[in-house]
Amino acid sequence: MSSTAKPIPGTHLFDGDAAMKGYALNAMCFSFNEKANREAFLRDEAAYLDKFDLTLAQRDAVAQRNVLAMIAAGGNIYYLAKLAGIFGLSVQDVGAQQTGTSVHAFKQMLLDQAIEPSTMEAAHG
Amino acid sequence: MAKVIGGLFTSHVPAIGGAIQRGAQNEPYWKPFFDAWPPVRQWLGQHRPDVVVMFYNDHGLNFFLDKMPTFAVGAADHYTNVDEGWGLHPFPIPAGHAALSWAIVEKLVEREFDVTTCQEMLVDHAASIPLNLAWPGPDAAPVRIVPIAINTVQHPLPSAKRCLALGRAVAEALAEWPGDETILVMGTGGLSHQLDGERAGFMNPEYDRFCMDNLGPDPDALTRHSVHEMVELAGTQGVEILNWIAARGALGSSVAELSRTYHIPISNTAAAVMLYETADAAGAGQGRKAAAFA
Repeated sequence: MSSTAKPIPGTHLFDGDAAMKGYALNAMCFSFNEKANREAFLRDEAAYLDKFDLTLAQRDAVAQRNVLAMIAAGGNIYYLAKLAGIFGLSVQDVGAQQTGTSVHAFKQMLLDQAIEPSTMEAAHG
Repeated sequence: MAKVIGGLFTSHVPAIGGAIQRGAQNEPYWKPFFDAWPPVRQWLGQHRPDVVVMFYNDHGLNFFLDKMPTFAVGAADHYTNVDEGWGLHPFPIPAGHAALSWAIVEKLVEREFDVTTCQEMLVDHAASIPLNLAWPGPDAAPVRIVPIAINTVQHPLPSAKRCLALGRAVAEALAEWPGDETILVMGTGGLSHQLDGERAGFMNPEYDRFCMDNLGPDPDALTRHSVHEMVELAGTQGVEILNWIAARGALGSSVAELSRTYHIPISNTAAAVMLYETADAAGAGQGRKAAAFA
């Protein structure tokens, strides 16, 4: 699908190619569902990365805390969110980093998309 | 004879769970979203469903990329929600309804949906938060559940048309179920949002409105877009509307919209809550007008 459909700017579909490329990185992030694993990562990050056989690009992306580089290396945002959670980062922090803006500006951009309630809310019945 | 009384649709953003656990429902940021719920709970109190058939998507709690089913049906009497990795405390999960699950599985496979069955399945925030919104408090919701997970994570995703057909096959199973349960259908996720990439923060009220306006009277209208088009219109995670489309299919042909709330933003998401009632519920002496049905 993604090979024939026109690209969507700023959007990276997590397809089979990405799922294969990103498997090790996503497997590591999946392990962070468990608290003991999050703690092990924080204790010795390099050793933890070794356990999952991350590629060099994935290791660099994690070392730099660079979300777009993680996505380019096959990371899926739902799994990456578990890594971000270790550092106490919200999806606004992650969004700000990816869009190259401040967290304050990113949050304001979200708020600015609000529309007048009267145009959207309706009670029926 | 079992009765499907209606459909409850809601966003399932993890931050909503955080707001519940902090008791932040009345803060200005959160109030517009939580204000959607008192009328919904009042309706639930009138109709007292015994069972919730829940269409949702897993976000990397139960399913990893090693095995990623397109459609997975929980077939257990027990489910749990556990640590998902970013600090939300697990919510209690109601018991399952394995017998109904298997009846749904039988019907789905008969209708050529080759589903994955799960006798052990962790259910994530996409199921636990909506249940807690509908039945707030420290205890599990007073229902039994049938969770149906749709892959919205790894492309290729099932088409909207296929998800609607899946829901319609579930409707057949519910219509043929010999029990006397009162059944609520839930669909969770969305609406438009995008967490990843340079377009992170994207929302689309126009498309969301198209979905909300058509979901009840003409759900087939939502199937005219390809998944790729839906990603473009709704954002990479906005494709969770597939869960809503499947749930709508399980409600049968005719529904009346009872309430709608749409609010931007909750976290990075255009949040929505909608409640539909079936003719079965309206006909149960609850004082609804038949004329309200499309």
